[in-house]
Amino acid sequence: MEPSNKNNLSTSKLFILAGLLLLAIGMLFGLTGALQYLAPQFLKQYLSFEKIRPLHVSSVVFWIIFAAMGSVLTYLQQYNGKKIFSPWLLKIQFGIFSITVVAILITYVFGVFGGREYWEFHPLLAMPLITGWILFIINFMASLVSFKNLPVYVWMWLTGLFFFLFTFIESYLWLIPYFRSNVVNDMTVQWKSYGSMVGSWNMLIYGSSIFLMEKISGSKKYSHTPIAFVLYFTGLFNLMFNWGHHIYTLPTYPFVKHISYTVSMTELLILGRIIWLWKSSVDTARRHYHQAAYRFLLAADVWIFLTLLLAIAMSIPAINVYTHGTHITVAHTMGATIGINSFILLAIAFDILKDSCMPFEKSIKWINRGYYTANISLLFFWLSLVMAGILKAKWQMNDASIPFSSMMLQLRPYFIIFFVSGVGLITGFYLVLFPLIKNQFICQYKKLFIKREKNETVFIIDQFQSV
Amino acid sequence: MFLKRQKSATLIILLLGFLSYSFFLYMSLPVKSKPLKKEVDAGKMVWQQYNCNACHQVYGLGGYLGPDLTNVYSKRGPAYIGSFLKAGVGAMPLFNLTEAETKSLLTYLKDIDASGTSDPKTFTINYDGTIEQK
Ligand code: HEC
Repeated sequence: MEPSNKNNLSTSKLFILAGLLLLAIGMLFGLTGALQYLAPQFLKQYLSFEKIRPLHVSSVVFWIIFAAMGSVLTYLQQYNGKKIFSPWLLKIQFGIFSITVVAILITYVFGVFGGREYWEFHPLLAMPLITGWILFIINFMASLVSFKNLPVYVWMWLTGLFFFLFTFIESYLWLIPYFRSNVVNDMTVQWKSYGSMVGSWNMLIYGSSIFLMEKISGSKKYSHTPIAFVLYFTGLFNLMFNWGHHIYTLPTYPFVKHISYTVSMTELLILGRIIWLWKSSVDTARRHYHQAAYRFLLAADVWIFLTLLLAIAMSIPAINVYTHGTHITVAHTMGATIGINSFILLAIAFDILKDSCMPFEKSIKWINRGYYTANISLLFFWLSLVMAGILKAKWQMNDASIPFSSMMLQLRPYFIIFFVSGVGLITGFYLVLFPLIKNQFICQYKKLFIKREKNETVFIIDQFQSV
Repeated sequence: MFLKRQKSATLIILLLGFLSYSFFLYMSLPVKSKPLKKEVDAGKMVWQQYNCNACHQVYGLGGYLGPDLTNVYSKRGPAYIGSFLKAGVGAMPLFNLTEAETKSLLTYLKDIDASGTSDPKTFTINYDGTIEQK
């Protein structure tokens, strides 16, 4: 057992740090895009909406992917109680991903796109990502000590690892003319892949969040219980078969839609469990509330509930036919990626990055303010999208005579609330991100330029130092 | 209790189901015998190259700054679309497309239009929560 070197910025932490930076940049692009809804001429010359949108989407999707990779890599080492199989492979993986992300963001500025809905870039740039992901899988598999009696989170990580690779490659099948020669065929396969891809990174993130919960509570029981596995298999079942709800109005096979509709309803099981456990989670929350990491997990819990409720409703074709093609879909996505994914990943970031030369306690007041600002803003942000969506749904269903541009004018008050709450959201997030990022840079700076002081206390935070 | 063997069995069944479903869909795509039409394909590439999807939807999927274009071809006609592309109205940028690019794009939009109707008004709702299009 080695004591933690508090100044050490390991490669797995670098993934989290890079993710945080991408989040900070990505939110700025998002804000610019929201402003363009209100002022169409804003930056139209240089960064019009078709550039801003992928800049935003790719930055924040890569925040999720980078942080998810960082969490799995760190927790895998903590779980194993030993270092990763190959620190070198890890460094190469990090290098490949970082360079590719920068390249992707630059290509957008020059008007080079993948042009597909919604996470897209030039197909050539998918090659290094696939390579990097395979290195990730190799390193993960080689590091696993044993395949016997694995806790549920390792099952989830393994699922996420392999399904992401599968679905990511699947999303490029359109490069083969056979798959893209007809728009219905193309969109069927495309949404099959995208639907499951989101499920894959959720597997990585939820797996890590279970690991973190057990770490905070000090009990390793849950991850071996039958209920944990029932929920995992329900999640996997949905990952595999519920993607059809994206294309209920596409003239594809009816059975694709029926399967999706039926499978989605099993999510009620997950919803039921959340309600069932409500009281005990509130009690646990009280006990751990002082920890920043736990608080973000708690916020995610509330957003899981709201998002799941909306998701289940939208999986019913009769409701989906109204919400599809409206901002209600965006509300759902924002609830899931900000309220769930980002909050969980921030909880994880606090847990992993606290192991540095500076404690977060000094900034706790500002982190708290950021936490509340972000959550309250997100609620308004979400509601403004739901409201805009309801109005657009009404227009889609009834008012064929009202032109598109007049309908958009009617939605304007909600776009204003959307923008203002977006400013609140970004402010709240920045208050939280600033200490997270700053501490790492200062500690790194100290490590490089200031000789270690002799009698500094060394905390043993985790059992060993991860790579 | 969930035994180890039950877990593996569940996983294997799900995986087999998923793989057969995937390969079935790959091998028999919903729309049959559609040879690639050069002009349509060229139009699709123009669509992707200029990222029209960032602001427009096809079958309700895409960005929301502009209208759904699934059936714009039959609704507006090629002349209207052609002139719209030359104007750069509101938030929509002026793309300065070449004649050939515009022609392919129009063929692509015509092909999408012929594939079906995206208008939600054309669906009827059944009591079991499913929807149908006449
Ligand atoms: C930056 C966003 C943006 C991009 C990118 C964009 N459009 Fe548009 N487009 C709009 C908006 C907004 C409108 C609606 C303008 C209005 O009605 O005031 C529109 C309208 C249209 C219309 C007219 C629809 C109708 O029913 O009147 C067509 C056709 C069209 N766009 C085609 C395209 C094509 C083809 C591309 C890609 C080459 C494209 N657009 C890219 C924003 C965009």
